[in-house]
Amino acid sequence: MRTIPAIAVNVFRESVRDKVLYNLVAFAILLMGASYLIGQLTVGQDLKIIKDLGLAATLLFGLFIAVFIGIGLVSKEVERRSIYTLLSKPISRQAFILGKYCGLLLTLLVNIAAMVGAFYVVLAFVAWTQPASAKAIWEAPALDPALLKAVVLIYAELAIVTACALFFSSFSTPMLSAAFTVGLFVIGQFNADLKHFETVVSSRPAAWLARTLYYTLPNLAPFDVKAAVVHGQPVAAGYMLLTLAYAAVYIAVLLVITMTIFARRDFK
Amino acid sequence: MRSNIRLAVALAVLVAVSVALQMARDGRYAPPGENAEDVLYVRSPEAMRRLSLSFTALAADLDWIRAVQHYGGDHGAPVTDTPKYLLLYPLLDRTTTLDPRFNIAYRFGAIFLAEGYPLGAGRPDLAIALLKKGIAAQPQRWEYLEDIGFVYYWQLHDYKAAAGWFDRGGQVPGAPWWLRTMAAVTLTRGGDRASSRLLWRQLFESADNDWLRNQAELRLAQIDALDQIDQLQIIIGRYHKQTGRVPDSWQALAEARLLRGTPLDPSGAPYVLDPEFGRVSVSPSSKLYPMPVEPPGAVIRS
Repeated sequence: MRTIPAIAVNVFRESVRDKVLYNLVAFAILLMGASYLIGQLTVGQDLKIIKDLGLAATLLFGLFIAVFIGIGLVSKEVERRSIYTLLSKPISRQAFILGKYCGLLLTLLVNIAAMVGAFYVVLAFVAWTQPASAKAIWEAPALDPALLKAVVLIYAELAIVTACALFFSSFSTPMLSAAFTVGLFVIGQFNADLKHFETVVSSRPAAWLARTLYYTLPNLAPFDVKAAVVHGQPVAAGYMLLTLAYAAVYIAVLLVITMTIFARRDFK
Repeated sequence: MRSNIRLAVALAVLVAVSVALQMARDGRYAPPGENAEDVLYVRSPEAMRRLSLSFTALAADLDWIRAVQHYGGDHGAPVTDTPKYLLLYPLLDRTTTLDPRFNIAYRFGAIFLAEGYPLGAGRPDLAIALLKKGIAAQPQRWEYLEDIGFVYYWQLHDYKAAAGWFDRGGQVPGAPWWLRTMAAVTLTRGGDRASSRLLWRQLFESADNDWLRNQAELRLAQIDALDQIDQLQIIIGRYHKQTGRVPDSWQALAEARLLRGTPLDPSGAPYVLDPEFGRVSVSPSSKLYPMPVEPPGAVIRS
């Protein structure tokens, strides 16, 4: 059990060595450049657009990290044959998977925390430069703490995507794993359509199949509260808790399946 | 060290050559497709909403920026056979489907879709459709009901319908008290300058963004100009009575001590006097040009 944190820290160190944190610089430049350009391109709405851009960029950058590092977590060790050295040590295969997963979550956490920090700095700058008349019509304050609700759900969504990437990488090639993970992310946005499939098809088995897929495929649309927080709409604590609990359970299921597959895999 | 300097010099020379090549090409040839019409590849707002995955708000922002740029570009372009503002409604429709709470997109649409061509798209029907979409998304927004009333009042000159929308707006919880007053004034004195002034004054005071405030300010200045033009026509009539002819210049009126000098409109531009018929109008170079057309049979009561 003590091996999990050691593996996790190692994954984080490796991502730092791989210059993953460079994306933070790109994020900061994107936001700062956008905050200036948006003021020139549009009439009003600067704050809304900067908030939308900041939250969307947080998700997008996080998605790249989750997919492209997630798919290499296992396959890299196999390719470099370091998996033999690792598994010859007193490390269970389950601990290996959990450690890898926690390591990527740690990388994502550090990245998102830094991105949110840069985001709030830009928002503070916007608030500082805008006149009182412009502030009076804002739907929500610039440094609105409610933005963190969207960030928490983005992190939870990325945690599910990471678990999907790890799951696919436990038995497939990196290219296919990336395609499957991105595919699941896209499907996850449309999942709600499957719930009401019976309204567009008359076949009962097809409707049941769609309903089954709705409950088994990751349902990522509820994690998107970006527009709501930007418009100053309330996001209930109960909604947050249920969505986070769903994420935790879904991740647990994916990790158990991943560990089971990995435990049976033959590396010879 | 020396090789680094050589490399830097070589790179600088290459960059300079690439800039020179671009300048030479841009100076001689127009970019291919420069005259091609603006295209909206995905017309369906619903399809766009699905394509944008969980980035709908950002996609709405991009459409909004594009709508503003499209309006600004066409607004400044000369009038040709090709109709202007063709993408304005599709872009605003997409923006508001992607983000149904995009308040400014509904209100921007209301003004510039309804505005007469070529200053606007001249499509009050689309302005009303967009605002009704806004009401369906946010029934508590009394401003949209007020804006529909405005379109009926200002563009369609349907004062009964305008009063009905102002009244409906006044019934929304949280709506200002003056909306009901506006409804009553529109119903009894629809079309006169005093009620127009009242409407624009209320819009100016309740505007939640600069461009709406500027638009209301412009309209108020135009109404002031209409009043001033009426006063100037009275003075010209007096001159005609005294001399039996129309004045050929402002100077003639000044010499007859009927005016102090060249009269200026509220934007500071001199009024234009037609020496043949003695009619006063706003200069085409004025910020107030073109002036609104008053509805036929409108009662002028300031």
